[in-house]
Amino acid sequence: MSRSIRKGPFVDEHLAKKIDGITSADDRRVIKTWSRRSTVTPLMVGITIAVHNGHKFVPVFITENMVGHKLGEFAPTRTFRGHSGRREKGV
Amino acid sequence: MARIAGVDLPAGKRVEIGLTYIYGIGRNRAMKILVTAKVDEGIKVKDLSEDEVLRIQQVIQNEGMVEGDLRREVAMNIKRLIEIGSYRGMRHRRGLPVRGQRTHTNARGRKGPRRQAVAGKKQVVKK
Repeated sequence: MSRSIRKGPFVDEHLAKKIDGITSADDRRVIKTWSRRSTVTPLMVGITIAVHNGHKFVPVFITENMVGHKLGEFAPTRTFRGHSGRREKGV
Repeated sequence: MARIAGVDLPAGKRVEIGLTYIYGIGRNRAMKILVTAKVDEGIKVKDLSEDEVLRIQQVIQNEGMVEGDLRREVAMNIKRLIEIGSYRGMRHRRGLPVRGQRTHTNARGRKGPRRQAVAGKKQVVKK
């Protein structure tokens, strides 16, 4: 079931504050965050957010298409190196 | 032969079922369409009158996407997921289940037929 519209999109307080600080035009700073659970809001478009994947920060440049997704979706937490003895398949 | 939304409907089946041959129409939507078009769901496709076919076509046109348009939209949605570099997009690209299902076993629908592992196959030395 999806989240009630009444509540609005969920963004962690600490992240929202940082976003507000940066909206001043072309500010090129990267925001580091651990808040993978936060939703991408229209305010974040154009900002680069470094999302923690449990190991390091993955820089994610937010585009319009990403609005409505969670930040964690853009920073994969697992590294799959392939199985032994299988040739590399396309991708 | 009734042609609706660019698809030939099977003549020998009840309309209720025949409509489901159109991409984007299942049993539920077929019934709703027939109710709105005031066509009895029990009659065979071949017994539909011209007028009834027309009414069904009209209802389908008014109430949403089927066939090509729908396929295009679905493809666009998947393309979007892939382009924004999201986890779901990556799963689509790899041809693995997208919604968190297990892949240790099963997931054959997405992964396709089993590939046999040829583990440690030794080179045959010819003399």
